[in-house]
Amino acid sequence: MEQDWIWGLIGGLLIGSGGAVYLLANGRIMGASGILGGLIDGSGKSTWRERAAFLAGVFLLPIALLPLYGTIDTNVTSNWTVLIAAGLLVGFGTRIANGCTSGHGVCGISRLSLRGLAATGFYIVAGGVSVLVFRHLLGVI
Amino acid sequence: MRNLFAFVAGGLFGAGLFVSGMTDTAKVQGWLDIFGDWDPTLAFVMGGAIIPMAIAWRIVARRATPVLGGTFPPPPPVRLDSRLALGSIMFGAGWGLAGLCPGPSVASLSYGGVEHWVFFAAMIGGMLAAPPVLARMQRPVAAE
Repeated sequence: MEQDWIWGLIGGLLIGSGGAVYLLANGRIMGASGILGGLIDGSGKSTWRERAAFLAGVFLLPIALLPLYGTIDTNVTSNWTVLIAAGLLVGFGTRIANGCTSGHGVCGISRLSLRGLAATGFYIVAGGVSVLVFRHLLGVI
Repeated sequence: MRNLFAFVAGGLFGAGLFVSGMTDTAKVQGWLDIFGDWDPTLAFVMGGAIIPMAIAWRIVARRATPVLGGTFPPPPPVRLDSRLALGSIMFGAGWGLAGLCPGPSVASLSYGGVEHWVFFAAMIGGMLAAPPVLARMQRPVAAE
């Protein structure tokens, strides 16, 4: 759809604004995997309220916007094996790499962090290969 | 006050993921699918997100402390290691497989259906598995 890129840009600006607020007000890097991971494995115990408040915002704002959109189809696979394998890889990988699309991608690239740029290169290439293999070669997704 | 600003930041993040279509797994996989019907949306989201963040980093450079006190994050390490590469490759493989990453996973829990909860639960499991594995790695790398 033609409007998709406009909404992508608007959404991106909102995402970046969230990161800017978290950085300038709280002094923290907005990385979804780090905020969530630190909350559940206990490594972020001293800042758990801040982490929980952030995640509550991420969870609740879409609910507030939902009435404007009606039903949303996320086109997610119904194959539980795929979902579980993907979830394990995403959870484990982001904690090993210390970041995901928001932390390494948005926050890292915007400060020209070598690690952020490298991580983003790795996960984009791996994601592309994953879609190529599982969609086009194996036909699983 | 810190919690309020964290909530506002999370709200902006969640709203941005929602309106940009990044909780639609087909759009994410469509962007990664350069051999199929390529969807450019994710590039606009990433580009749009980097603009305010780049400005924020400029402001950080001119300020001593965050508005609510504390300290700013230290400069990022310039060292690359196998942990960063291996973790990112695993993350990317899972990202392509389901079309979800941690932020959109949380943002879509309320409306994505049971499949999104299954992914989320597995992601939590993967996150909990990481610290014991890291502790057993022979050459641990200092956390960022």
